[in-house]
Amino acid sequence: MLEKLRNNDTAIMLAFTAMVLLGPIILAPFGAGYPDLLQRFAIFGIFAVGFNILFGLTGYLSFGHAAFLGIGSYMAVWSFKLLSMSVIPAIILAVLLSGLFALVIGYVSLRRSGIYFSILTLAFAQMCYNLAYSVLTPITNGETGLKVLSSDPRILDGASEGLPLPSVLGLRMIDTWRGSFLGMDVQFNVGFYFCAVILIIAFYISLRIFRSPFGLMLRAIRTNQARLNYTGINTRPYALTAFVISGMYAGLAGGLMACTDPLAGAERMQWTASGEVVLMTILGGVGTLIGPVLGAGFIKYFENIFSKINDNVLSGFLDFLPETLREGVVWVMGAFVGEGWHLTLGLLFMIIVIFLPGGLVEGFNRIIAWFSRPKGGDKATARVPAE
Amino acid sequence: MDAILLQILNGLDKGSAYALIALGLTLIFGTLGVVNFAHGALFMIGAFCAVTMQKLLSLEKVALSETEKTPWGTPAEIRTPYITDWFGDFGTVLLEYSVLVSILLAVPLMMIVGVVMERGLIKHFYKRPHAEQILVTFGLAIVLQEIIKSWFGANPIPQPAPDALRGMMDFGAWMGFQAGTIVYPLWRFVYFLFAAGIIGAVFCFLQFTTFGMVVRAGMADRETVGLLGIDIDKRFTFMFGLAAVVAGLAGVMFTPIVSPDYHMGMDFLVLSFVVVVVGGMGSLPGAVAAGFLLGILQSFASMNEVKQIFPGIDQIIIYLVAIAVILLRPRGLMGRKGVMET
Amino acid sequence: MSGNRFTRRGLLKTGATLGVGLAAPSFFVRGAHAYVNEPTGSTVTLGFNVPQTGPYADEGADQLRAYQLAVKHLNGEGDGGMLNTFSSKALQGNGILGKKVAYVTGDTQTKSDAARASAKAMIEKDRAVMITGGSSSGVAVAVQGLCQEAGVIFMAGLTHSNDTTGKDRKKNGFRHFFNAYMSGAALAPVLKDAYGSDRRAYHLTADYTWGWTQEESIAASTEAIGWETVQKVRTPLGAGDFSQYITPVLNSGADVLILNHYGKDMVNSLTQAVQFGLRDKQVNGKTFEIVVPLYSELMAQGAGENVKGIYGSANWDWKLPDEATQAFTKSFGQEYGSPPSQAAQTGYVQAILYADAVERAGTFNPCEVIAALEDYEFDGLGNGPTLYRGADHQCFKKVLVVKGADNPTNQYDLLEVVSEVPVEDVTYASDHPMFAGGELGSCNPGA
Repeated sequence: MLEKLRNNDTAIMLAFTAMVLLGPIILAPFGAGYPDLLQRFAIFGIFAVGFNILFGLTGYLSFGHAAFLGIGSYMAVWSFKLLSMSVIPAIILAVLLSGLFALVIGYVSLRRSGIYFSILTLAFAQMCYNLAYSVLTPITNGETGLKVLSSDPRILDGASEGLPLPSVLGLRMIDTWRGSFLGMDVQFNVGFYFCAVILIIAFYISLRIFRSPFGLMLRAIRTNQARLNYTGINTRPYALTAFVISGMYAGLAGGLMACTDPLAGAERMQWTASGEVVLMTILGGVGTLIGPVLGAGFIKYFENIFSKINDNVLSGFLDFLPETLREGVVWVMGAFVGEGWHLTLGLLFMIIVIFLPGGLVEGFNRIIAWFSRPKGGDKATARVPAE
Repeated sequence: MDAILLQILNGLDKGSAYALIALGLTLIFGTLGVVNFAHGALFMIGAFCAVTMQKLLSLEKVALSETEKTPWGTPAEIRTPYITDWFGDFGTVLLEYSVLVSILLAVPLMMIVGVVMERGLIKHFYKRPHAEQILVTFGLAIVLQEIIKSWFGANPIPQPAPDALRGMMDFGAWMGFQAGTIVYPLWRFVYFLFAAGIIGAVFCFLQFTTFGMVVRAGMADRETVGLLGIDIDKRFTFMFGLAAVVAGLAGVMFTPIVSPDYHMGMDFLVLSFVVVVVGGMGSLPGAVAAGFLLGILQSFASMNEVKQIFPGIDQIIIYLVAIAVILLRPRGLMGRKGVMET
Repeated sequence: MSGNRFTRRGLLKTGATLGVGLAAPSFFVRGAHAYVNEPTGSTVTLGFNVPQTGPYADEGADQLRAYQLAVKHLNGEGDGGMLNTFSSKALQGNGILGKKVAYVTGDTQTKSDAARASAKAMIEKDRAVMITGGSSSGVAVAVQGLCQEAGVIFMAGLTHSNDTTGKDRKKNGFRHFFNAYMSGAALAPVLKDAYGSDRRAYHLTADYTWGWTQEESIAASTEAIGWETVQKVRTPLGAGDFSQYITPVLNSGADVLILNHYGKDMVNSLTQAVQFGLRDKQVNGKTFEIVVPLYSELMAQGAGENVKGIYGSANWDWKLPDEATQAFTKSFGQEYGSPPSQAAQTGYVQAILYADAVERAGTFNPCEVIAALEDYEFDGLGNGPTLYRGADHQCFKKVLVVKGADNPTNQYDLLEVVSEVPVEDVTYASDHPMFAGGELGSCNPGA
């Protein structure tokens, strides 16, 4: 029965929706149930889901998607500054502008394929980053980042008192309801639920694209572009559409970043940020539906939780050990957490790629296969990932 | 005119570094078909060979002073370098030339690092997609740089050039200009000569030795060479080690120019990939030519006269050139058809 | 789709427990407290947000050591350090307002986004009442803005840009470190004495906000002593090799090079400028000179012997003779075996000042803490008599002019103090044009 459910889109959507909406409760025991990290999970989930539409389906590896994220952020903040503190116009404009940039950059870059395509996108993104950091400071406010000021015009809002905060339908993004649930501190935040709803919609669109003839065409591009060309099909419009869609997803994610935290900095366009979304997608599982979301969560969890563990916290964890032993263990473990969190991340990249080429999704599949092995145990039910 | 000549000189030493890194990168790609994101880390490890050598040579005997105290009240330490203890004046000379001495350390060490890396990790990735190669080598690069960081810290560590090679040389006087107008640090010129020597040696090795011939044949058609009963894998492993040595030596000699820190590999990584792609994937002359070309163009773009016309051009020139080259010449300057296009 | 089975199973369980649990939780809207993160237990949490990865990781590590020392001293452990010399005696060594001080740490990565994420985690998850630390102005401004929105206090770490207490000043943010204007004001007279008033200066400037404010400040104050500014050239951040920017200096007719760089950029640009023989050059009948307006110990260490004799300014130095500095250096040196850097001192002092203000205000409520800090005058924290000016939340104190030590006696003795410029000489009006355009706003307790 479960086998059927796995391929039932309605079931997938329901499960995904429930998981996302209950995020604050599910993640609370792992120390990740606070609004900022939840928002990041959702936002980078959207980013990675969009990236997967391009990379997972067509195989085109873009190393410049962070540029669209940055452009979306800047556009959203400018919308807060000039139009209104409402997040709706900000997000719409962010998506449109990044889509426009994606159209131009994609049109040029898709003239080449393979690593040449990757380097073209990388070059465009690095130019955006370098210029935004320095020469374009009047538009981007450079290193300090573009901020919302109370003195900005905001023609749709009229004069308002106090600190301007992004809001939707009168609810401010930073509003949080805090309570305890089974002894845990749980926080329900407007910003998170806003991002969560958009993540669910974005996930649904991605699911529809995966299942559509258009999605099939994209997969055909990855499998054998030359053969498609020989049959007289011009593949470039399809690839360009995929590029623009994923660029718009990135712009959406960037817009949401600005909505939950109205400050846009240039460094989110750097190549390392572009690389991060590649890592998220591959770690989660390229070409799978849920993989990119898992990968995004995985990396953000590391960045935000592991970097915060210091020797003090470690000593607390290891209270039960005798003093001398504890010091040694803390010293060893200390190399991998706190300031050493990069090391752990690098090691995990390697381990996952070496042993789980299909990413986390493959890992789950293997576990499931292991558990659901028939009792007789003559043969493991080898399973191919559904996507 | 002076300014232009000077910027060409500047471009040469920058270009030397780009060319050396790109040479190794494209060597690995050409032989093994692997995209190695850890190549910048090899450059960085090379640089830290120099640091290690300097630290080894200046190892000090530490004794606690009976009388003197530090400002915070613990006994002061009296330090005497072992090397002068043991070798006297020769020790001082060794320390002076530590950058050059560390080449002796770097060559075998980088060879070992390269071979271990290839046998231990890279060989399992020949048949894997490029994206996975990138990810695993990127992970390795992070691990390597974090290990270096935990030993040496994040701060740059100064590596002075030997006194004799530290001065300036007057190019202007050589070329018949007024003396003192075109002066250039001696070490940078040494670096350029060194890079030219290494590049020449690698080409000669590939061109004029039997080993090199087999490797080139393997690059062109691995299977056929294998069918001829030649153990091409072993030779490719050696080539990986050689690429690591080239990157490492580039790093060792670069330390007096830019003080090494754990992140220098990442700083060069993107640039060196751009260089390789502009040169054409898998083309050794292309990588060298592109390295020098981009180095010189970057120097020109940094001139005030140019920056006044196009503000910020020095920050994006490399990428602009990369875009132009890839669009005009689909396979880079000297790339072969069909390489890395899928 | 794959991989969902377990979560789905888990989901059913969660759903079931949710049904049972719904009766139990007591949800409350924010605003039930007078201010955000009011400490209710027996401890109070401070957030130490320092760079642990990236180029300033060593500086961050030193800063973190100082914060840990400050926590010790606040909790009455160790020798008390500068608490013994501090002019205010409100702190008892029993924590803050009787609550034991706990802390959380985070990594800013020297990136605004990462720093804000880390600070948000401290506020939302760990319920920190105060965030402090950082090693660059971009991060300081970004986190300061965040703390203003969230309603906690921000005690800035190492940030030198005029903007932090200028156009980006915030009511909830405080800066102890000096700024670019002060560097210029302190350096100019010393430079005039050392190099004369007829000099032609060439600026190389890191191409981002901090670099620009420093370039503006230094150019203004050197022009005021009669120097001419020949050229201002912007260099990209993290250029590594600066040779293509240095060679034009050689034939520009300038006789002073001013390096508005920090960290790794400064180490490289200075090293390379020396390599290009600038310091051996004679121009206009004078010896060519290099000036590095902002120094740090780690930079001096990174540039090695190239710093010898080069002037710059600093916030503090462990070799100062006053009692407070000596007490802190002793305490820090005994704990960690090396003298503290200025980043460490700033961090330590900021933590102590916050604790003291809370103690004097009698509450953790940010609005009252701010009132206690504004226009507060104190002494005995290593910089002599100091004023926390209420109008822009900038500390006013002596500024050090330092010089790379010619004959270092030990590995920590890299900079020598040339003069301690009195506070009057570096004071400016809070609406000075270089600082104009900012608005403190009103205090935000976050509830």
